[in-house]
Amino acid sequence: MSDAHDWPLYEIFIRARGGLDHKHVGSVHAADVAMAIEHARDVYTRRLEGVSIWVVRSTDIVASDPADSDALFEPARDKIYRHPTFYEIPKEVETL
Amino acid sequence: MSTAGTRSPAADVATRVRYLLRIADTSLVLGQRLGEWIGHAPAIEEDLGLANTALDLIGQARLLLAYAGELEGRGRSEDALAFLREEPDYLNATLAEQPNGDFGDTIVRQFLLDAYQLELFERLATSTDARLAEIAAKAVKETRYHLRFSAGWLVRLGDGTAESQGRVQASLERLWPYTRELFDPDDTDREIAAAGIGPDAAALQAAWSARVDRVLSEATLRRPADSPYRWYGKQGRHSEHLGYLLSDLQYLQRTHPGASW
Repeated sequence: MSDAHDWPLYEIFIRARGGLDHKHVGSVHAADVAMAIEHARDVYTRRLEGVSIWVVRSTDIVASDPADSDALFEPARDKIYRHPTFYEIPKEVETL
Repeated sequence: MSTAGTRSPAADVATRVRYLLRIADTSLVLGQRLGEWIGHAPAIEEDLGLANTALDLIGQARLLLAYAGELEGRGRSEDALAFLREEPDYLNATLAEQPNGDFGDTIVRQFLLDAYQLELFERLATSTDARLAEIAAKAVKETRYHLRFSAGWLVRLGDGTAESQGRVQASLERLWPYTRELFDPDDTDREIAAAGIGPDAAALQAAWSARVDRVLSEATLRRPADSPYRWYGKQGRHSEHLGYLLSDLQYLQRTHPGASW
């Protein structure tokens, strides 16, 4: 299984059903995007998990730095009023 | 002997059973071969890809063997047919039993048979035998993916490095002679075609040939010359490789008769 180390890593996103969004499910090694789609199909849709596949080169994903977590996420911790549960919904609004 | 929902074509039952076994055994034996790759493929993703194809093929064999057993009317189940026949009773194409070799050998064998099965199943989907047509309609979808996988790899290897091209061209030369059997009709094939159950061999060959040529050209591979030698796996006369494969395949049922889970 040595050759696989030469293949870049792709992140796999699967849409479970029409109308839902693509969710990250894992990653595969592949020589290019076409092979990545086939590998994703073979690895992640064997049990009818999806109807659509997105693949993205792992190196193309830009992630937040865990060291920045305090600055990025802590300020939201004491602002629970941002959840919509604090607002009373008028009776007239039926489908919110 | 007739089965509910199935029109009775002119071909007699023994001929129809023989024809079903040819298709079933080709899928069964090829599936068994691909299963030998599990744990040995070049990458874990390919391992799963080959195993998925193997499972599709064994699924096709199950449906076809169960049908053949019912049609035959001697009380043989799909398991009895898969595990308890003797070597000359297997009627798979000789190409299917050829050893895996390296990954390129496996891809070439798979490509040649995928292209064949796709043309075959597409035609069987309109068979006068309604049950066979249903099985074929399901198998067509699976086979389209099999061919996409094997043709994709053939192009990568053929149009790859000098090393990969040389090796896969050698695989093609080695395996090509076995393709003749697929389109070399005998009395069974002719009777089946006349009854509208299966396709005409010449039409099948023309479609297969065109499909194979397109991929070979994309893969920058040379189509080997046809060889005069003929194999007759479909008549039960096999290469030396099938016996070893069957000893693996049948081991459990021979050692623990009736074992199931």
